[in-house]
Amino acid sequence: MLRYALLRLLGAIPTLLLVIVLAFLMVHAAPGGPFDAERALPAEIEANIAAAYHLDEPLYQQFVRYLKGLVQGDLGPSYRYRDHTVSELIATAFPLSLKLGAMAMLLALIVGVAAGSLAALRRNTLSDRVLMMLAMTGISIPVFVIAPVLVLFLAVRLQWLPAGWSGNEGAARFLLPVIALALPQIAYIARLTRASMIDVLASDFVRTARAQGLGTAAIVRYHALKPAMLPVLSYLGPAIAAILTGSVVVEEIFGIPGLGQFFVRGALNRDYTLVLGIVIFYATLVVLLNLVVDILYGAIDPRIRRR
Amino acid sequence: MVSGGILAGIVVVAILGPLISPHDYLQTNFDALLQRPTLSGARLFGTDDLGRDLFVRAMLGVQVTIVVAIVASIVSLVIGVAYGAIAGYVGGRVDAVMMRFVDTLYALPFIFFVILLMVAFERNFLLIFVAIGAINWLDMARIVRGQTLSLREREFVEAARLTGVSTLRIIFRHIAPNLLGVVIVYVTLTIPQAILVESFLSFLGLGIQEPQTSLGGLVDAGVNQMEGASWMLLIPAGLLAIVLLCFNFLGDAMRDVFDARNPR
Repeated sequence: MLRYALLRLLGAIPTLLLVIVLAFLMVHAAPGGPFDAERALPAEIEANIAAAYHLDEPLYQQFVRYLKGLVQGDLGPSYRYRDHTVSELIATAFPLSLKLGAMAMLLALIVGVAAGSLAALRRNTLSDRVLMMLAMTGISIPVFVIAPVLVLFLAVRLQWLPAGWSGNEGAARFLLPVIALALPQIAYIARLTRASMIDVLASDFVRTARAQGLGTAAIVRYHALKPAMLPVLSYLGPAIAAILTGSVVVEEIFGIPGLGQFFVRGALNRDYTLVLGIVIFYATLVVLLNLVVDILYGAIDPRIRRR
Repeated sequence: MVSGGILAGIVVVAILGPLISPHDYLQTNFDALLQRPTLSGARLFGTDDLGRDLFVRAMLGVQVTIVVAIVASIVSLVIGVAYGAIAGYVGGRVDAVMMRFVDTLYALPFIFFVILLMVAFERNFLLIFVAIGAINWLDMARIVRGQTLSLREREFVEAARLTGVSTLRIIFRHIAPNLLGVVIVYVTLTIPQAILVESFLSFLGLGIQEPQTSLGGLVDAGVNQMEGASWMLLIPAGLLAIVLLCFNFLGDAMRDVFDARNPR
């Protein structure tokens, strides 16, 4: 098991390097510099700025410098937030995004698995059809459509929940963003669970359990749930990436000062180092979380490890 | 089939609507700011905060969204088919390395790289097409490779090889046309994904730039006006949802018909 985990960890290194090289090159291939202003600066000042940010060095030297910093957790200075390093900005903004994402993920897993199992048990009944219709809708409609519509009806019209982030206290302000973030994932997980639960319920060991007189609830709980969860588990990787992407939009809509908001601001302000740093951070996060999912998968299903 | 009909209807209206309407997508009218939609009057969907006719703008948005999605899907189709067919046909170590690369890319949150691209370069239509197409080719490559692996062993390919046709020619003249059925199914499933990415970018202000617009951009504008003018949000949001739903249902239905390996 340990060997399997270590091998997986080693396998992630080339991916991360590819990410860093790709992102670095994209930013540095950009026409025009980050300090291009409306008014042309005197040549000496431009040279000074370039020297201060090491922009006068050849590209490979800049890359080596960046990589060295990266290993030590230093992502360089932000071009716009002058007094902060990119690492500082990420460290302040990320915890909030993490909280939001983790809550959304938990909600998606609980509701998605419950709805999917229910649909599988009542296969081809009205409740199954309705649930799957809802799931298809949930998959099709993007977060940035769901979120504002939820805000419009639940917060602006009915005034049940707070619409924004600032000026509100307590847990209630988490409710709408987390729901908006979780809905598409609920839909996806429900569909996956339904399909695999139907497969598992048709298998021999479930028939045996039923022949022994076990009730449906006990069969699902003790026999069917675990094998039916495998496809859901392997979907967790893409789900994490999707929640990360969704958080960018949700934070923008609700005005939540998380990492996603910094990312969008950085992108609109052309804060190259900040955007580069956040992309590398996000990619690393996704790759590492995928790794955790892989290892979990290996732990639950021993057949995977031997390959 | 119903979804296909709805889609066709929306496309026809989106093309004809702006031609018939007396209003223009650019023309601002400060005497008619934020007018409510009326069924009887000339402003079917009302106007926006600059007095521009929302019906014409929404239809323009549908046009842009669908054009971007189709072109992006073609880009992903070309990359995916070429990549998958080469990997599948050549096989062996080349195949292993090429598919390992695809696996690696699968793990990345691609959308962030697209945003990076948008930041680094001038935002233009072409770049959006290419960027969106470039992130959607992975599934296509996998499916095409699988199909090619089985096609490779068929007699007509063997015959071509024996008569001395070059490898590249076999791949593009003999293998690629036979992939058509599968490819068409997956293109219908790629289109909604491309729409999603494009509207996501436009929503964040990184995609299609004003005064041009797309459904994502209109939703973004609607969010800012939602308290006073909910139609500015609900109309484009509803249109986007309907278009996406129809494409997804259509894709699902086509997969059920064409793809026997994936029974539901």
